Amino acid sequence: MSLIKETVFGFWSLITGMRITIKEFFSPTITTHYPRQTLPIPKRFRGHIELKWNEETGRANCTACGICAKACPSDCIELEGIKPAGEKGKAVTSYHLNYTLCSLCSLCVEACPFDAIQHSGRYNLASVSNKWNHMDLFDRYKEQAVRAGKTPFIPEAAVVAPVPSAAPAATTPAASADAAPQPAQ
Amino acid sequence: MIDSLINFFNTPWGVAARSLIYLGGICGFVAANAAYLVWVERKGAGRFQRRPGPTESGPWGLLQPPADGIKLLAKQIMAPPNGDKILFWAAPLMVMAPPLLCLLAIPFGDNILARNINVGLLMVFSFGSINVMALMLGGWASRNKYSIISSARIVSQNVAYEIPMLLVVITMIMVTGTMNLQEITLQQGGGFWNWNILRGIWDFKAGHIGGNLLAPVTFLIFYICMLAETNRAPFDMAEAESELVAGAFTEYGGMGFGVFFMAEYGNIVVGCALATLLFLGGWQSPIGTIPGSWGWIGTFIGVGFFLAKMYSLIFTVVWIRWTFPRTQFYGLLNLSWKILIPVSLFTLLLSSILLKLPRLF
Repeated sequence: MSLIKETVFGFWSLITGMRITIKEFFSPTITTHYPRQTLPIPKRFRGHIELKWNEETGRANCTACGICAKACPSDCIELEGIKPAGEKGKAVTSYHLNYTLCSLCSLCVEACPFDAIQHSGRYNLASVSNKWNHMDLFDRYKEQAVRAGKTPFIPEAAVVAPVPSAAPAATTPAASADAAPQPAQ
Repeated sequence: MIDSLINFFNTPWGVAARSLIYLGGICGFVAANAAYLVWVERKGAGRFQRRPGPTESGPWGLLQPPADGIKLLAKQIMAPPNGDKILFWAAPLMVMAPPLLCLLAIPFGDNILARNINVGLLMVFSFGSINVMALMLGGWASRNKYSIISSARIVSQNVAYEIPMLLVVITMIMVTGTMNLQEITLQQGGGFWNWNILRGIWDFKAGHIGGNLLAPVTFLIFYICMLAETNRAPFDMAEAESELVAGAFTEYGGMGFGVFFMAEYGNIVVGCALATLLFLGGWQSPIGTIPGSWGWIGTFIGVGFFLAKMYSLIFTVVWIRWTFPRTQFYGLLNLSWKILIPVSLFTLLLSSILLKLPRLF
């Protein structure tokens, strides 16, 4: 008797399952068609870091104090700055991020006293080469400022600050960073 | 014109021409179905999971099957070095034979029938079993542990499910009194209440109790057995992707694999066509009878009804696949030996009593 009951009950549960799936069949799809559609990136998304800049003056907030580089546990930030002619403080001239080491811990952003770094919304970085992992954020700032219709502030000094020998070439990362897919920002 | 054409088809040359038309038509039908049921399967899988399914190639992804076909044709085919080469290549040939042969006896309409065989049902079932042997041979000749396990599963699964299926079919033969599929369809004319699924309960034409009181249950058993015989989910133990790679087809590549894939859908077509003919009235209209005076138009309406019934059953196959997870092997055998076989034996007994009952009084 219990076998019959079990069979009938089991069969009814199968019908219930099929009723649920057919309801889903006639509902609209809920997928995002990725290359043609993208979801908005959440504000708190941690992409690689980038330099923040003042919308009005077009100047980067960074003063090249190097606190971010000290705060970084992975030692992936190297930056330089100079005193622009006729100014008191320093301004950043190159900001090298070794993205292969970065763990997106956000300690640099928290440590920055000038609110000069933020996480970018770039989520679809992919490349066949590893070059783009070494990016110069100062070049990125320059591009962003030009795209926004501002003249990027490039500090020029009478006396150039001493250049550390380990500083990587500034041109390659920016060029190959473009090779990586750029999300609409 | 049509009358002279029919006369021509009864001459010896006409019979030969009919064979050629049959060959071309059936091969085309099986190939088109196999190709586009894959599309239906993938589109259905997508929709059941709230995805769009194939969309990139062609409108609604309709060019996906040709694209898949070209991809499969472009691949190298090779036999495993230590396997049995002859059996290995015989299997894909044999697996494609049953759907091609079985459609010989299946009436698509009152005049659309390759050959009116008076033991059509018997023929369909005798050839249908080749499918199992082909899968078994393919797995066995592959010399691959997954394929061997899959072969063993296929054999025990099909032995278990052939029995209730044939018991159910015997019940239907007892009720209809014929193995001629066209005759079985003609008996079910005059509206859906005359289809075997309901005629078994109450015979409206004769006005007395029908021969098979459990006809809807019989239909269910037939359908479940058809799912198991074609190795479809939830009984796809033979090709259990998550445990046996690709089951018996693991060593096949390119179109060798493609043929197995097509045969699976071909067998589903045959199984669903049989379920339609045996239980759902074949090409008969659900309301009334198509008047004979409508001629060819009536025939095509009948074909439309047949295909509509058949494809709704096929859609249910896809629906079931994307609803239920795969059963365990014990569950599969228990279902057959503990439930389906006793119930189908009981229906067989019940209908033999019911058929003899009027003669006793």
